[in-house]
Amino acid sequence: MAASTTTSSTPSPGQPGALRNFFTELRYDKAGLFGFSVIVLLILMAIFGPLITPYDPAAQSVVARLKPPAWLPGGSWAHIFGTDHLGRDVFSRVIAGARISLIAGVSVVLLAGAFGVLVGLVAGFRGGRTDSVLMRIVDIQVAFPGLLMILLIVSVVGPGLVTMIVVLAITNWMIYARVVRGIVLSLRQTPYVEAAEMIGCKPGRVIFRHILPNLTSPLLTLGILEFTNVVLAEAAMSFLGLGVQPPATSWGLDVANGKDYIFVAWWLITFPGMAISITVLSINLFANWMRVTTDPQEREKRFARAKAAERRRGKRHDAPAPAPVEA
Amino acid sequence: MDAISDMPLLEVERLCVEFDTRAGVVHGLRGVDLSIRRGETLAIVGESGSGKSVTAQAVMGLIDVPGRIVSGDIKWKGQSLLTGDGPKRAREIRGKEVSLIFQDPMTSLNPLLTVGAQIAEVLQRHLGMTKTQARTRVLELLEAVGIPAPPRRANQYPHELSGGMRQRIMIAMAIACEPQLLIADEPTTALDVTIQAQVLELIAGLQETLNLSVILITHDLGVVAGLCRRVAVMYAGRIVEMGLADDLFERPSHPYTQGLIRSTPRLDDRMNRLIAIEGSPPSLLSPPVGCSFRARCPIAVERCTEQPPLAVVHPGASAACWRPSVPAWQESPPLEAALT
Amino acid sequence: MGAFILRRIFQGFLVVLGVTIVVFVATRLVGDPAKVMLPLSATDEQRAAFEHKFGLDRPIADQFVTFVGDLATFDFGESMWQRRPAMDVVAGRLPNTLKLIAAGLGLAIILALPLGAIAAIRPGGIADRITVFGGLFGLSLPQFWLGLLLIMLVAVKWRLLPTSGYGGWQYFILPAITLAVPATARLMMLVRSSVIDELNQQYVRTARAKGLRFSQVLFGHALRNAMVPFITLAGWEFISALAGYTVVVETVFAWPGLGLTAMQAIRHSDLFLLQAIVFTVAIGIVLVNITLDVIYKLIDPRIKLA
Repeated sequence: MAASTTTSSTPSPGQPGALRNFFTELRYDKAGLFGFSVIVLLILMAIFGPLITPYDPAAQSVVARLKPPAWLPGGSWAHIFGTDHLGRDVFSRVIAGARISLIAGVSVVLLAGAFGVLVGLVAGFRGGRTDSVLMRIVDIQVAFPGLLMILLIVSVVGPGLVTMIVVLAITNWMIYARVVRGIVLSLRQTPYVEAAEMIGCKPGRVIFRHILPNLTSPLLTLGILEFTNVVLAEAAMSFLGLGVQPPATSWGLDVANGKDYIFVAWWLITFPGMAISITVLSINLFANWMRVTTDPQEREKRFARAKAAERRRGKRHDAPAPAPVEA
Repeated sequence: MDAISDMPLLEVERLCVEFDTRAGVVHGLRGVDLSIRRGETLAIVGESGSGKSVTAQAVMGLIDVPGRIVSGDIKWKGQSLLTGDGPKRAREIRGKEVSLIFQDPMTSLNPLLTVGAQIAEVLQRHLGMTKTQARTRVLELLEAVGIPAPPRRANQYPHELSGGMRQRIMIAMAIACEPQLLIADEPTTALDVTIQAQVLELIAGLQETLNLSVILITHDLGVVAGLCRRVAVMYAGRIVEMGLADDLFERPSHPYTQGLIRSTPRLDDRMNRLIAIEGSPPSLLSPPVGCSFRARCPIAVERCTEQPPLAVVHPGASAACWRPSVPAWQESPPLEAALT
Repeated sequence: MGAFILRRIFQGFLVVLGVTIVVFVATRLVGDPAKVMLPLSATDEQRAAFEHKFGLDRPIADQFVTFVGDLATFDFGESMWQRRPAMDVVAGRLPNTLKLIAAGLGLAIILALPLGAIAAIRPGGIADRITVFGGLFGLSLPQFWLGLLLIMLVAVKWRLLPTSGYGGWQYFILPAITLAVPATARLMMLVRSSVIDELNQQYVRTARAKGLRFSQVLFGHALRNAMVPFITLAGWEFISALAGYTVVVETVFAWPGLGLTAMQAIRHSDLFLLQAIVFTVAIGIVLVNITLDVIYKLIDPRIKLA
C-alpha cells in the first residue's frame, strides 16, 4: 500500500529540472559523488591530456632514470610520481593513459552494444526460427574460450589498438543481445504493446514508441558495467603485450614495463595500476548509485532500511521500548 | 462452539503499526483492540489497505522493515508478546500454538523443498520429532486435510500440486502442532470458486474437531456468514464495528458496514442493484482527524470530526460511530425503477 | 536424462565446430601461418616448403577438410617450440591450471558464501555496506596488478612466500588469492542480493510464521534457494577462468599452466600449440556446462531436462 502512493513523486530523467535533481540527489551519496567526480576528471584528462602533462609522456632522459616519487629521499617535485627506467615522467604517463582507456572503453561498448542491440531487437521481434537461430549463435559464442580466442586471433593478425577494439567488440556483443531480447519479449507481452500491434502499428513505430524507451535504462546500466570490463580487458591485453603497442601509452603497458623493476622501483607499477583501479572503482560506485536511484522500489527499500538503522541506533541510548518482534 | 472458556487466548490492545516510506509515515494500524477466546471464531472484514493483514502479521510477529509496532500490546494467554522476554516466547508459540495460512498458496511454499519436508520442519522444530516420526505424522496430516495418496504427495514439490492442494498443504502445516489459534489471511482469495468452498469447509471442519479458535481475514462478506460467530469490520487502520455475525448482517450499526453489506451481491435479493460506496478510503499517510469514514458518509455531522469510541450499541454489538444504527442509505431503488 | 545429455553433447559439438571455424578462418584466411611461424629471414624456398608440408598450398576447402579431420582424431600437430606433439604439451600443463583454478575458486566460494549471507541479514547495515564497497573494490583491481603488488609486498618485501613458480603449498597462496579476488567479489555480491531477494519471498514469511529460528530460515530456506543463481555464477567463474583468466595470473606468477603455455606459444609463434590449447579448453567448457546443467536439475526440481 505504501509503494503505490509514493512512486509517482520520482521525476524521470529528461523532464525539466532533471539535471538539477540529479545533482541534488548525488550530493546525498558520498560514494556516488566521488565516482562521478573522478569520471569527470578522467574525461577532462583524456581530452586535455597533452595540455596538462608536465612532460611529453614519451620523452626519455638518461640522467633522470628511476627517480622515486617526490616525497621520498632522492625524489623531487619535478617528477611527482618519479620516473621509469627510461627516465620518462610517470605522472605524465598516468595522465596520458586515461585517453587510451576511455577510447578503448567507449568504442568497444558502442560497437558491441550497437551490434548486440540490433541482434536482440531482431530476435525478439521476428521470433520463431530467426530467434532460435540467433540465440543459438549467442549460446555457442558464449561458450567459446573467450580470452584464449582473443589471444589466438591477435597473435595471428598482429596486435594494436584497432585490432584490440575490434576483437573485444566481437567477443562482447552477446550480453546486449540477450538483455535486449529478454526485454523485448517481456514487453511484447504487455497489454499496451499487444494493443499497439493489434491496431496495426508498424514494427518501427512499436520499436521507437514503446520498446526503445524501456531499453534505455537497462542498457545504460549494462553499458557502464561493460565499460569497466573493457577497461580491465584493455589493461590486461596491453599488459600481456597484445594490446596497445609502444610508443603509445597505456596503463596496462606501463605496469608491464615496470614489472621487471619491482625490486627497486615500486612506483612504476603502483601508480598506473592505481589509475586503473580508481577508474574502474569510480565507475562502479557511480553505476551502483545510479541503479539504486533510478529504481523507485529500491529507493523505497533503502529509505526504510536507513530509517530502521536510525531507530536501532536511537534505541541503544533510550530506555528499552517495545521492540518489533523480529526473529 | 460451546467450549468457550472465559480466559481470552489472544488479546490485542491499542495496537499501532507504522510504515516508513519516502513519502512519510503510513499509519497502518491506529489503535486496534481485539480479543478471542478458546474455540471462538472471529472474522476480520475490510477492504484492502484497511489493516486486516497487518493485524494478522503483527500477531504472528511478521511486521518487518519498513513496518514497526509503535505502541500497544499483544497478549497471549494474558502475557505480553512484545515486552520483556515476550519476543522469545513469541518464537516458541509461533507455528505451534498460533499458526497462519497465507493468501497465495502459489508463493507461500518453498519451491525447492518437497511439501512433506516443509510440513516435517514444523514438527521437528516444535515437537522435537525425529525425521521418521515426523514422516509418519506428515502422512496423517495430509490424510486429515483430505489429500489423496499422502505417501506420493509428500514427496512432491509445490509446482507439482494445484492451488487448492497447496492450500491444503498450508493448512496441514498450520495444524501440524495442534495449535489453539489459526489465523487464515484471505485463504481462498487466490483459488477457484469451487475450490474456495472446499477449503472453507475444511477449515470449518478442523475448527470443530480440534476446537480451534479461528481468525478469518477476508474482504468477502459471503465467506464470513457460515464460518464465523463474531465479525470485526476494519476501516482505515481501525475497527469500526464489532458484533455477532448474524446480528451484524441483520442490523449493521456503522454506516460503513451498512455500505459494505449493501455492496455485496446476494442470491436471495435479485431485485436490488449493487451499489458501491462512493469515494475511496483516506490516505494513511495523514489520516483525517476524527472518524475516517466521515468524507464518504452520507449521515456525517459536525461531531464526526471527533474520533468516536468503539461503544456498545446494543447487546453483542459495538460500533465507532456517533450516529450508530441510523440508516445511512435509502433502500436501493428497485431494478425496474432504475431502468425506466 | 539420457536424451537431455545427448542434446547437450550435440550443442557442445556445435560449440567446438564454431571454434574450429573461427580458428580456421583466423589462421588460414585472415592471417598467414607461414608468416607468423617462420622467421622473417626465411627464404621463399623455405616458405614454400613450409606451406607444402602443412598443406597450405592446397585449395582452401581441402585444407578445411584436413583440418577438421585432424581435429577429430585429436591430432593437433607438432609443437614447433617444444618439438613434440602439441597434445602432449597440453596434457602436461592442464593439471596445473586445474589445480590453480580449484584453489582460487575454492577460496572464492568459501569466502563469498558467509560474507554475502552476513551482509544480507541486515541490508543497509554496517556489514552490508562494508560488503558492497569491498565487492566493488575487489572488482576494480586488475588481476595482473594485484598479483604484482602481492609479489612486491609479501614475497619481495616481507619474504613470506616465494615470488613465483610452481611447487608446494606456499606457491599456491599468492596465485590463488589473485585469481580469487574478483571472483569473490562477484560471488559475494550475488549471494548478498539473492539472499536479500529470497528473504523477501512469501515462502520465507511462511517459514517464519512456522516459528523456525532465524538461522533455520536463513540456511534452510533463503541461502539454500540462493544456491541456484550462485551455482550459475560459480560455474561461469570456472569457465571464464578456464577460458583465459588464468593467462594473466599464470603469466604474473610464472605458473606452468595452460595460460602461461599459451603466452609462450604466442611468443614462439607456435600456432599449432595455441590451437591445441584453444580446442582443449573449448571441450573443457562444454563438459563443465553439461555438468552444471545436471547440478541444476539436482537442486531445482522445477527444471525439466527435456
